[in-house]
Amino acid sequence: MRLKSLILGAVCAVALTSPAFAQSLTAITGGRVLTGTSVIENGTVVIQNGRVVSVGTGAAPAGARIIDARGKVVSPGFVAVDSGLGGSEISSVNGSDDLSNGANTISASFDVSYGLDPWSFTLPVARLGGITRAIVVPTHAGGGGGSGGHAHDDSDFAGVGHGGLQSPGLFAGQAAIIHLAAGTDILVKPRVAMIAPFGEAGAGIAGGARGAQFTQFKETLAEVRLFARNRAAYDRAGLRDLSLSRADLEALIPVANGTLPLIVTVRRAADIQQVLRLAREEGVKIILDGAEEAWLVADQIAAANVPVLLNPISNLPGSLETRAARMQNAAVLDSAGVVIAIKGNDGSHRVRETRYNAGNAVSHGLPYDAAIEAITVNPAKIFGMAGQFGELRAGAAADVVIWSGDPLEPLSNAETIFIGGAEQAPTSRQFLLRDRYASGGEGALPPAYTR
Amino acid sequence: MRRQSLRGSSLATLACVLAGSLALSACATMGGDAETPAADAEARTPLARGLDVADVPDPFPSTYRGLPRENMAIVGGTVFTGAGQRIENGVVIVTDGKVAAVGGASTPVPAGYRVVDARGRFVTPGIIDVHSHLGVYPSPGVSGMSDGNEATSPNTAQVWAEHSIWPQDPGFNTARAGGITTLQVLPGSANLFGGRGVTLRNVPSVTMQGMKMPGAPYGLKMACGENPSRVYGGRNSSPATGMGNVAGYRAAFIAARDYKAKWDKWREDGEGSPPTRNLQLETLAGVLDGTVLVQNHCYRADEMAVMIDIANEFGYEITAFHHAIEAYKVAPLLAREGICADMWTGWWGFKMEALDAVEANAALVDAPEGSCAVIHSDDAELTQRLNQEAAAALAAGRRIGMNISEERAISWITLNPARSLGIADQTGSLETGKRADVVIWSANPFSVYARADQVFIDGALTFDRANPAYQPLSDFELGQPGFGLPAANVLQGAR
Repeated sequence: MRLKSLILGAVCAVALTSPAFAQSLTAITGGRVLTGTSVIENGTVVIQNGRVVSVGTGAAPAGARIIDARGKVVSPGFVAVDSGLGGSEISSVNGSDDLSNGANTISASFDVSYGLDPWSFTLPVARLGGITRAIVVPTHAGGGGGSGGHAHDDSDFAGVGHGGLQSPGLFAGQAAIIHLAAGTDILVKPRVAMIAPFGEAGAGIAGGARGAQFTQFKETLAEVRLFARNRAAYDRAGLRDLSLSRADLEALIPVANGTLPLIVTVRRAADIQQVLRLAREEGVKIILDGAEEAWLVADQIAAANVPVLLNPISNLPGSLETRAARMQNAAVLDSAGVVIAIKGNDGSHRVRETRYNAGNAVSHGLPYDAAIEAITVNPAKIFGMAGQFGELRAGAAADVVIWSGDPLEPLSNAETIFIGGAEQAPTSRQFLLRDRYASGGEGALPPAYTR
Repeated sequence: MRRQSLRGSSLATLACVLAGSLALSACATMGGDAETPAADAEARTPLARGLDVADVPDPFPSTYRGLPRENMAIVGGTVFTGAGQRIENGVVIVTDGKVAAVGGASTPVPAGYRVVDARGRFVTPGIIDVHSHLGVYPSPGVSGMSDGNEATSPNTAQVWAEHSIWPQDPGFNTARAGGITTLQVLPGSANLFGGRGVTLRNVPSVTMQGMKMPGAPYGLKMACGENPSRVYGGRNSSPATGMGNVAGYRAAFIAARDYKAKWDKWREDGEGSPPTRNLQLETLAGVLDGTVLVQNHCYRADEMAVMIDIANEFGYEITAFHHAIEAYKVAPLLAREGICADMWTGWWGFKMEALDAVEANAALVDAPEGSCAVIHSDDAELTQRLNQEAAAALAAGRRIGMNISEERAISWITLNPARSLGIADQTGSLETGKRADVVIWSANPFSVYARADQVFIDGALTFDRANPAYQPLSDFELGQPGFGLPAANVLQGAR
């Protein structure tokens, strides 16, 4: 009977909720291992002290805890890009969103890492989708999304305003890298990239026209360089007035000198061309984000050696700047040699759908191996963490997920999850709710008595 | 003469008109029966044109004709009928746009039928999306085109979504490439009563009427919860709270009962002046007489229970709760009441009332006897992949040990949505006599890699992933950036 098996399932879930920390020697054997760059049938993944010790086809070392993964798939934990994990709890609830800031004196200097919450209930949900690391990016408070269209369910109908918005600067702030292990600290590295919207959204910030934003951007970098060369004069008020706050000037120095990547949210092919030109002229290192029309200028992006963060299921002309959006965007960019990373379907709550997006890219021409790379090694590489996570290889963080089947398939589940070697309880607030009502919720005692 | 035939209840009249040509003879009979009691009313002059709904009960009639079709046999595929069966090496016979037979390999193929080879592929009913805003919130979503919410009053039952539909929305084409053959387009959820929704056949058309499904009942979009109280409370007007919402529904149905009683009385005895026609009350009266189905946006379980009580207070039925995030908390109640729960699998957390979402929602709602679990989209992207959204719900159910078959789960996006729209007698499953709305998938539709290879609507090929001649483009798409360029060396289909 269906309900009895439900209750059994619930009991099993409870039995597994105490996290077992596997700092000890552990070998995952017999599975199909996706290392991130290759596939090993009947592979053995050995982890210890939070790191991958070895990946290959050898026998498990003596004394290791053995996890039998025969018939299963073993992958690196996936890396979410363009996420808001830990920085936004409930999108429409004011006060629970720390991803955008409207003050014009704290623009480039806004650092999301201070607002991260390791206890966020979004983290276990994403984790159950195989996400073990994430790039948390600030969102720009002004200018709008630029993608247009109907916000689902009209939740944004009346405009959920951000209080205190003063004509904001060009920059949304700086991104951070987190891990998703349960615990008291999720920060891996703060200030890994600067964010700036271009296209319609950027034009809106600058006053309405795209050309104005490019002028303002160049003028801003000129001020940053002037400031960097004349700090002493600035501090004794001996420099001409600058339009940015001191904090923002300071934060932009590594952007101006090309050491901190600038994530540019841009959609239209024409805008992508202009942004590539701007980056060349100013010596700025950029990452394209969104890039719905990128396939039209794939060779130019490849030639500039610029990586792209994209959602491969964006195929509708949601606005006039995405009229060339196509499901094949990922495939075209990959075959042109562009390094791509695949995003989830929103920043915080639907990040777990990243793996489905990768699967849909495959069904639209992206090679399977490239799709796996786009959610593992590529995001690590793009954000300067190559070899440290997002890959099953000796020395990398032991972020390992054991799947019931192909991880890109919705029918597959993440069964066992290690992050930095720590085994994560396969549960979430959603699972607790599910189990509470699994038997119908009409027993003699109200559901409130069930944990 | 026309006067006489309309003397019965408005329910009977509208039902006859909406049921289409098949039911015409029955309507004539009913009209004849109703004729006997009040012969003196014959003397009355008809009202001026447009002042009596009974004179023009279907003012925006469907002109849907269907595309050119031929009789065919789809053979060799794995068939999910939508009604619970899985047939390996199955045969689907289509005659004159209708399903003529469904069976195993031995099912005879009539002479002269085109044989469609589905070996190695999967065959399902056309996918039905009960919650779409295609055409009313079209792509591009620019300010001149955002026509989905008449957010000017909490009760706009008088507006009809079909009057906002832009048939050139490219989203109809991409939805079809994802297997969508029928969809309900609804107004938005800013209001307690958002207006009438309309059910469309997903064929390209220059006019809305050319897509309108003949005989499909209208839906009335109602909305519980945060949206109406936020929109109107934010303007310092009512409703500003959940209790204000409920007062608003009840006041409207009191007025509708009164309006309906006046018309019924006037039709019965013809005394005095006729009531003045009121489009808002007319739609609500349609709910009361059962010709307009309640399609109720309602997230929270406790609010669903209140809505059920309101329906009982005024004597109408709720057909479906949409965005039923907490349906799993009252699954047995919904099954007892015969109310469909139309759900997402993966959407959650975008507001308080979406907080308690669980991926197993559809599986848990599906479990009780008499249930009606539906996966819907509310989204131009998600509607292209309802099969994957159902797969994720199926996986969530199996994860807790529920033994749910794929032939059962496919009903969440086929037969159950047809029930949720009141069209299950016409489509939603591959059963003899129904419209031949069929999708042939490249692989098991519960796989992320499955693509809709061919999509048939009323037996007519409307989309073919391998044949550009059957990959329609809207006027808007012509000559746009990227137009005509092959994006990659793969079968493109739509966009």
